[in-house]
Amino acid sequence: MPKHELILLKNMMQPGYTGSLTDYEKTGGYQALRNTLGKIAPADVTTIVRKSGLRGRGGAGFPTGVKWGFLPKDYQGPRYLCCNADESEPGTFKDRQLMERDPHQVLEGIVLACYAIGSETAYIYIRGEMVLGSKILEQAIGEARVAGYIGKNILGTGINVDVWVHRGAGAYICGEETALLESLEGKRGLPRIKPPFPATHGLYNKPTVVNNVETLANLPHIITRGPEWFAAIGSPPKSTGTRVFCVSGHVKRPGNYEVPMGMTVRELVYEYAGGMRSDKPMKAFIPGGASAPFLTPAHLDVKLDFEHVAAAGSMLGSGGVTVMEEGTSMVWAALRLMEFFYHESCGKCSPCREGSSWLVQTMRRISAKRGRMEDLETLLDLCKNIAGRTVCAFGDAEVAPIQSTLKHWRQEYVDLINEAETANLIRPEPVGRP
Amino acid sequence: MWSWGSVIGETRAVDIRSLSAGPLRAYQHQDCGSMTFLEKYKDEIADILSRYPVMRSALIPLLYVAQRDQGYVTESAMQEIAHLLRLTPPQVYETITFYTMFNLKPVGKFHIQVCKSLMCALVGSDTVIEWIKVKLGIAPGESTADGLFSLSVVECLAACGTGPMMQINEDYYEQLTEGKLDRILADLRSTGTSPLKSGPFMWPEPVTGKG
Repeated sequence: MPKHELILLKNMMQPGYTGSLTDYEKTGGYQALRNTLGKIAPADVTTIVRKSGLRGRGGAGFPTGVKWGFLPKDYQGPRYLCCNADESEPGTFKDRQLMERDPHQVLEGIVLACYAIGSETAYIYIRGEMVLGSKILEQAIGEARVAGYIGKNILGTGINVDVWVHRGAGAYICGEETALLESLEGKRGLPRIKPPFPATHGLYNKPTVVNNVETLANLPHIITRGPEWFAAIGSPPKSTGTRVFCVSGHVKRPGNYEVPMGMTVRELVYEYAGGMRSDKPMKAFIPGGASAPFLTPAHLDVKLDFEHVAAAGSMLGSGGVTVMEEGTSMVWAALRLMEFFYHESCGKCSPCREGSSWLVQTMRRISAKRGRMEDLETLLDLCKNIAGRTVCAFGDAEVAPIQSTLKHWRQEYVDLINEAETANLIRPEPVGRP
Repeated sequence: MWSWGSVIGETRAVDIRSLSAGPLRAYQHQDCGSMTFLEKYKDEIADILSRYPVMRSALIPLLYVAQRDQGYVTESAMQEIAHLLRLTPPQVYETITFYTMFNLKPVGKFHIQVCKSLMCALVGSDTVIEWIKVKLGIAPGESTADGLFSLSVVECLAACGTGPMMQINEDYYEQLTEGKLDRILADLRSTGTSPLKSGPFMWPEPVTGKG
């Protein structure tokens, strides 16, 4: 079926591929590491990655090579690499597959990144629920350690890199890089105020890089095949490479599909994911995980890359594409996501902590046909006062479902409220804490 | 301590910590002699501590060890950990209460957690929750009288393409149907594990000729 070359999912698509060290080596695994350590200067590795145009696959899409370049050059103490495997964005399930099916690909990327930034310790912060994933990674680390790819004096080059798996414990916010660092330090996962950025004051106040699993898994391929090769894939110059899109919702074949960036949503949903599961047409989709604003079928020809999705009023985020068919209540869908954000708000910033609760209450009232017309203004007013007023991007994320559904499907809200009025069911309720 | 549950006052009945202990105590409190938690897991704890340059980082991994021991984290274990890591007990408590995966009270032998986030809800997670409620006779946040099953309704578990799904203890069960659910519950009752649990994740599976 694929009309293009797979990069990250290529190995695991081979029949019988188990993800063991021998299997990975057979496919050319750890060659990039052999050809890099001690042979290419760390600064040149960073330059290669910068030239490739690789951008972070976790959500923010920050250029990876540039991020590495922010580390202080003359700092003598330890530096750290954290692999963000928290994968908690609803709609996203790609890292789980990358780690459980081809763990060595991720590990090779981690060691390469450590070499580039001069770090001797890497922590894989994996979400706590993925027990199987953490076991698979630990086993793979053991294999790599015996083979001399991880540990002291890697391949006789005198370079040391130790990799540890650290399980989170069920907090969505720990996918935010500074919250992840707090959590890794054994504290509540509350995001830090930035600046200072992790590049200078990260884990234990030391220079730190936090990269997503998928970002790191791309590194061996970029090193082996060159930055020009990578930069030509996808939608250059700003969105290079492939993306593993996670398609979920009302489609025939949900799942992970690796495609070059710049493919249209129409192609991804109708050709790869098999189209809608029933005769009902598509009503809405989310292009980049729960934090991304909803889009309508009018946006089906939007190219899935950072710029085009942003121009359409949403974001590419973590690549979780969720499709909803005609007949799905958008008020219900927005409420479901809002409940998620309400549950996961860490409580550090008042606008988000209090606001998420007010939004859920107001949405529940509308949904239960007890809403009032002025609730719509209340919702928008709350959203305006949450977004951009919090320490981390969670505030912007939590208002996305409500703002975007109100923009595209306002009539559904109005209908529910009208029903309430005609049924004379209005029972005024105070908004806020009783 | 204020609780968000009281603000909205209803269905975030996810909080397993509010479970009544009652019948669960009987089997949860297995006899582990007079050995303290730290002595019992001495080697494992030393291994965990060796990974971090700052001791506090070992807090969450150690709490997991404690939870594995008893099914929940006991107050004495928290105190021992605090002492070991040179933290005050409130520092341990403030951390453990932030994370949803730690139980401060006993839970059933099989802790069923069903995802109810939008992606699973689109493909029928609410129906799955109803099935479990009827089959086990418990609501979210409750345990069966025999102490075997506890039910929680949780937010996204990163299996959106294979929903509806649930996690039971450490294992994922995906693409649930009523028949599959029946078999899982029966398997757990009889053997304590089920072959229907997910292996290393890959979806869709590689195409092997048949398209």
